[in-house]
Amino acid sequence: MPTQAAELVFDEATKQYPGRADAAVDRLSLTVPAGEICVLVGPSGGGKTTALKLVNRLIPLSSGDIRIDGVSILDQDVVQLRRSIGYVIQQVGLFPHMTVEANIGTVPRLYGRPRSWIRGRSAELLDLVGLSSDYAKRYPSQLSGGERQRVGLARALAANPPLMLMDEPFGAIDPIVRARLQDEFLRLHREVRKTVVFVTHDIDEAIKVGDRIAILREGGRLAQYDTPERILREPADEFVAQFVGADRALKALALRTLGELTLAPADGVDGVPRLPAETTLRDALAALLAAGAERGLVTDGDGRALGVVSREELLR
Amino acid sequence: MTLADAFTPGTFLDALRFIPHNTGLLLSKTGDQVELSFAALGIALVLALPLGLWLGHRHRGLTLALGVSTLGRALPSVVLIAFGITVLGVGFWNNTVALVVLAVPPILTNAYFAVDGVDRDVVEAARGMGLSETQILFRIELPLGVALVVAGIRIAAVFVIATATIAAIAGGGGLGDVIVNQPTYGLAGVLAAALCVAALAFLAALALGLVHKAVMRRQAPRT
Amino acid sequence: MILASGPVIPDFGSGSSCEVSNGWFCTEWITGHWGDTLQPALLQHVELSAVAVAVGFVIASALAVAGFRKRWVDAPVGSFADFLYTIPSLALFELLVPLTGLTETTVEIALVSYTLLILYRNMVEGLRSVPDEVLESARGMGLTRLQTFVRVELPLAAPAVLAGLRITTVSTISIATVAAFVIPKGLGYPIFTAIQQNLFKTEILVAGGLAVALALAADAALVLVARLAVPWSRAR
Repeated sequence: MPTQAAELVFDEATKQYPGRADAAVDRLSLTVPAGEICVLVGPSGGGKTTALKLVNRLIPLSSGDIRIDGVSILDQDVVQLRRSIGYVIQQVGLFPHMTVEANIGTVPRLYGRPRSWIRGRSAELLDLVGLSSDYAKRYPSQLSGGERQRVGLARALAANPPLMLMDEPFGAIDPIVRARLQDEFLRLHREVRKTVVFVTHDIDEAIKVGDRIAILREGGRLAQYDTPERILREPADEFVAQFVGADRALKALALRTLGELTLAPADGVDGVPRLPAETTLRDALAALLAAGAERGLVTDGDGRALGVVSREELLR
Repeated sequence: MTLADAFTPGTFLDALRFIPHNTGLLLSKTGDQVELSFAALGIALVLALPLGLWLGHRHRGLTLALGVSTLGRALPSVVLIAFGITVLGVGFWNNTVALVVLAVPPILTNAYFAVDGVDRDVVEAARGMGLSETQILFRIELPLGVALVVAGIRIAAVFVIATATIAAIAGGGGLGDVIVNQPTYGLAGVLAAALCVAALAFLAALALGLVHKAVMRRQAPRT
Repeated sequence: MILASGPVIPDFGSGSSCEVSNGWFCTEWITGHWGDTLQPALLQHVELSAVAVAVGFVIASALAVAGFRKRWVDAPVGSFADFLYTIPSLALFELLVPLTGLTETTVEIALVSYTLLILYRNMVEGLRSVPDEVLESARGMGLTRLQTFVRVELPLAAPAVLAGLRITTVSTISIATVAAFVIPKGLGYPIFTAIQQNLFKTEILVAGGLAVALALAADAALVLVARLAVPWSRAR
């Protein structure tokens, strides 16, 4: 079974449906370095899901190429290709007639792994996605939406694929659970370090999750492909600026935490709001405004003072 | 003939007495009918089941499936038997062909809808994960749709047994032979044979019902 | 064969060349015997089927309303209808003969029994398919129980009911051919006599064809009715 993370290259990848004026995906070219999360985002009709499905050939390419670790997807047997890519969709699509364990073990079983191996791997993955081991024998109908998504993730990771494709995986989840799943996904990614292509229509999710973001506009054209910071601070054009929203400066503040700043010494400052170092600049600003304070005391995990931050510094 | 004249429930007792006196005859006729029914059902399964499953998997041929279903219902068994004997003469094939034609629609239609109706997201996930088309059909679609498939086979089985009875007028043998021959066997005999036919149909329905239940038990529990 | 003495039997002796050579489609025979053989059979067939479906509809409706309201009614009624449906038609006809004789009543009782299962199941399913929210908003708007039933539940259950009616009508027309085993009526009768008359092909083809055509016509008519009556759904 394949391991490690793969580099993914889109090379003028195009999908044109006959009879339509605009291409669904128009000469998309970008490189996703191994181990990074690339988020495809854009308005509906922008071709992001189509672009994703070009990679595992659920939708055939009209022209151009897509290469995984230098090998064109067209040079590989389509079924073998798909087995080496983890695929997660919004509705999850867990097999209702199989237990969680059997679901997770689907691709390993295709590779001929024995049931004992699958049991072990399934336990390992359930732990990784934050579910207890007694979920193994349950059936999908007995799980909540969030739990199903986690199992879907575990299933996609089971064969340790070098590449993962995720199509709005958290779209059908309620916002509170979604935030938690996003955090857990990022934690998981820090551990597992796979190349991920992640589709969403939610720009905030893209900013939170992506190492790099590819914004696709209608007609499947790439508007900008960059890190979240650069997209927020230097949108390539009017469309991107509008898409990220007029509050992009504030959004940019959500990308950094207090711990990253150089702080002024906390000498005897008193009566100011205490802010943990992990607080994002945006939340810190909100807290200071709410308290009507000019400055805040930054604390570490044990509550000890690290330094002081002022409102002006945050706004810089 | 008024209803009062016709009402002779006592004949049922005669029929019940007929059975132990003529077990050999009834068993042999039942055997013939079972043989004919099995053969026809078997052929129909071989023809219709793979076709229905495959069409359902490709999500193609809906009009065909619906058309076959309606036509199957509109074709009276009597007409099929009559055509059979007219075209093929009396022999092994005339009734077998008629029964096969009758059994194919429920098997085909149910197999089609069973596979076609599986949740598309589940199928997409399976395809995206790298299951081949055959693997998708046999490991995902068929297990999920098997209840409907078995229901179709059950319907076909009952149809075949019922029509095999009528096939007696075309040399089909079986219990129908007794039923259409009142001069030879008397009304008691006719009723006895009718009871046996009914029992046979129930047994078949029961057997397939048990298969259905066994299959359902292996599925996910509904919460 | 249990047939009361029947009417006209074609006499090959003085027939046309087509009839003598037992052709498949002797137009002279058809035109010659339309009035005395084919048309009466067709009309009897229509009558037998229509009565059976109508009676079955009434009984099934009553049962369905009861079965839908009270869960404990549903299982036994459903099982009984299923039981009746499983009995092969010829056997059921014969089993009724000692009770109701060689009469139309026997035939009708049997035909009605076969309509019950599908009509009942479809009616209950149709009523059950009405979403709770819809009922709630109806009640919230101030409709009485009866008004809700007539103006909301019935129209929403209609597609399923019409689908069941369509299946039942076609099946009944088909099964009614077997009636000829009991009474000399319906399109099954010419077919039987033809089989006995050295397999007279034209009669078999035409009578059989009429039976099939009748069933398909009824099916098409009901599809049309469904489309007109419940345009918001595609009844299968």
